[in-house]
Amino acid sequence: MQRRTRAVALAAAAMLAGAGVTACGGGSSSASGDKTITYWATNQSTSLDADKKILQPEIDKFTQQTGVKVKLEVIPSADLLNRILAATTSGKGPDVLNIGNTWSASLQATGAFVAWDKELLAKVGGESRFLPAALKSTGATGKDPASLPLYTSSYELFYNKKLFKAAGISSPPKTWSEFVADAHKLTKDTNNDGKTDQWGLGLQGASSSFAAHWAFILGTQHGAKVFDGHTPKFDDTGMVDGIDQWLSWIGKDGIVNPSDAEMTDKVALLQNFASGKAGMILAQSSTGKTLGQYKLTTADYGVVPVPAQDPAVAGGTDIGSFVGGINVAVFKNTGNLDGSTQFVKFLTSAKEQVYLNKTYGTLPSVTDAKDPAFDTPTLAVARETLDSRAVPLPQIAEESQFETLVGQAMSSFAAQTATGKQPGKAKIKSEMTAADQKLEAGS
Amino acid sequence: MAVISPSGTRESPGTPDTPKQSARGRRFRGRGRRWIPYAFLLPALALEVLIHFVPIVLGVAMSGLRVTQYQISHWWDAPFTGLGNFRIVLDFDGPTGKALAQSFFVTLGFTAVVLSGAWIVGMAAALALQRAFRGRGLLRTLFLVPYALPAYTAVITWRFIFQRDNGMLNHLLGQLGLIDSNPFWLIGHNAFWAECVVAIWRMWPFAFLILMAGMQAIPGEVYEASSIDGAGPWRQLQMITLPLLSSVNKVLVLVMFLHTFNDFSTPYILFGGSAPPAGDLISVHIYQSSFATWNFGLGSAMSVLLLLFLTLVSACYLALTRRTGHES
Repeated sequence: MQRRTRAVALAAAAMLAGAGVTACGGGSSSASGDKTITYWATNQSTSLDADKKILQPEIDKFTQQTGVKVKLEVIPSADLLNRILAATTSGKGPDVLNIGNTWSASLQATGAFVAWDKELLAKVGGESRFLPAALKSTGATGKDPASLPLYTSSYELFYNKKLFKAAGISSPPKTWSEFVADAHKLTKDTNNDGKTDQWGLGLQGASSSFAAHWAFILGTQHGAKVFDGHTPKFDDTGMVDGIDQWLSWIGKDGIVNPSDAEMTDKVALLQNFASGKAGMILAQSSTGKTLGQYKLTTADYGVVPVPAQDPAVAGGTDIGSFVGGINVAVFKNTGNLDGSTQFVKFLTSAKEQVYLNKTYGTLPSVTDAKDPAFDTPTLAVARETLDSRAVPLPQIAEESQFETLVGQAMSSFAAQTATGKQPGKAKIKSEMTAADQKLEAGS
Repeated sequence: MAVISPSGTRESPGTPDTPKQSARGRRFRGRGRRWIPYAFLLPALALEVLIHFVPIVLGVAMSGLRVTQYQISHWWDAPFTGLGNFRIVLDFDGPTGKALAQSFFVTLGFTAVVLSGAWIVGMAAALALQRAFRGRGLLRTLFLVPYALPAYTAVITWRFIFQRDNGMLNHLLGQLGLIDSNPFWLIGHNAFWAECVVAIWRMWPFAFLILMAGMQAIPGEVYEASSIDGAGPWRQLQMITLPLLSSVNKVLVLVMFLHTFNDFSTPYILFGGSAPPAGDLISVHIYQSSFATWNFGLGSAMSVLLLLFLTLVSACYLALTRRTGHES
């Protein structure tokens, strides 16, 4: 009996020690000599599984062509930044990965990514193959790109045609005052129970990245400069006016269901739009593809550019979106740079660009990817916006802090508006000054 | 870990050995065998150092550096700032320090509510199951379910319950006619109470388990004797159960305090990553403020302060309870 106890104890100790050893040895799947590369793809479609089903057959094609094996991992967008930061700190991560293009310069500053110099760019067909607008969001100006554009998109206004017709609205809004007026007509109590159950606009109030995007778009329309060089100008009058306009939709204008202030995920937003609880949503191009999953077609919804200020604000720039999209980068610690470059070449090849962007409802980022599928109304609006009414988010290292600091403050404002009182411009300004100080304390 | 210490089973002095075994034992017990128990403990010790002490030391080191995104891939090269990070964090007029102080007080309130709530519910449940009755085993198992559920599953379910439009809580309150318009639970001031309810729900089975174990050690004769003397259940609780549980309670309160004060998963999952000011607990606050500004040095400084505070509280608590223990 005692001998048995001791044997068990020994086994337990051995297992513990073994666990320690494997824990230390794990994670370095991309050692040199090993041909397999790891690819982190962001969640682009409705679920992680759906993405795997879309990407895996393409990856198999790549392996067949080149002999390079690829291990695919799809990462939820909300976790992506944390995962990248953790990988950067530990030096152990994927070989090839997706990043939100607005973080390009911030992540470039960590030095974790391979820089695409002329020589490396030549391997994927050269700089001239990529769309100039998309290439603007690949890293700080004047530096070699830290990533290459993969999928390109812009914000658009999606509206429910049936609800518009029922409310007697003949044409979709072109300016924000028309937008608010139309939204008022859509906001009503449809079943006469004394409670409003149909709203003019749906938004993800608790999503800080969504909020930050709108701080940038509306702020720029009001003449805000987010950064002066590297100094944050979040408390600029234009920015405060832009945030105030966004908050008024929930507060003063009353065209948004206050419950949207606790909404974090896009799926709930699309459900509300699909079921007619929200007449309009402001969303990025790929939404058109996702709405198809809710059995909605362009007969049910229409897409128009994001409205403009009316009258135009002096000093403001009329934009409808920033240059949105997903980029692909190669991790500096890769043990297989050649295989990784080949994989990026494959992903940015004309054929794959057509297939992937068609599947995700985004626009290709290379000039030679042409297909009738990109002539849908949604993508026509996106192309028009990207051509003439879009600017990239500031390509400086501090950009991601703008998204988190301002975005979190706005979500908090939205919550205050929904649960009590809409914060006035003075309050917004003082919070934005605090955000400036937080950023400066950290730089 | 006790299994891998062989001395306890074989060589303890209390074990009646046969003469033959004992003689052999003496021969081998000299200098040569002394190290064996330690050798067996070594893997555990190595893991303990690796898992607990290395991160603490690294965190303390990082708190003296100005680590931002420029250095995260080689943070040890970051410029040394001495107490610079602590100065920013403890400057309560500045936005960073002010937010930290607010989060600290929210956490104190949260801990007080959750600690008392979980203790009262756990105590009540333990008392209810103190006497044997049919179905007691089943109830015991049932009571442990919240503790056994994975944090994510449990808290995400609460998130659905607390949603304003489609949540079960507002639906229930509406059906009962208690509310006219749906209140918010996940944002605004109510978020604090929502968070407390979830944390109490997760924590009370632990209190129940420990108190129940403690009660089983109280001999039944004490209760019999006291009821002959005419003591009712309330008096028995006051004069017997609580005093005899006091040593168990000392440990229980400390462990629950540390758990609750450090709670990360409840606010993080319940509020989807961005806690509202009313529910901004300190561990989530540190995580958010260090990731939000990519300033890992500041985040480490806050963590070090948290560590110091918790160590101080624990030390004071132990010193105090030990003294009262001696006096009684």
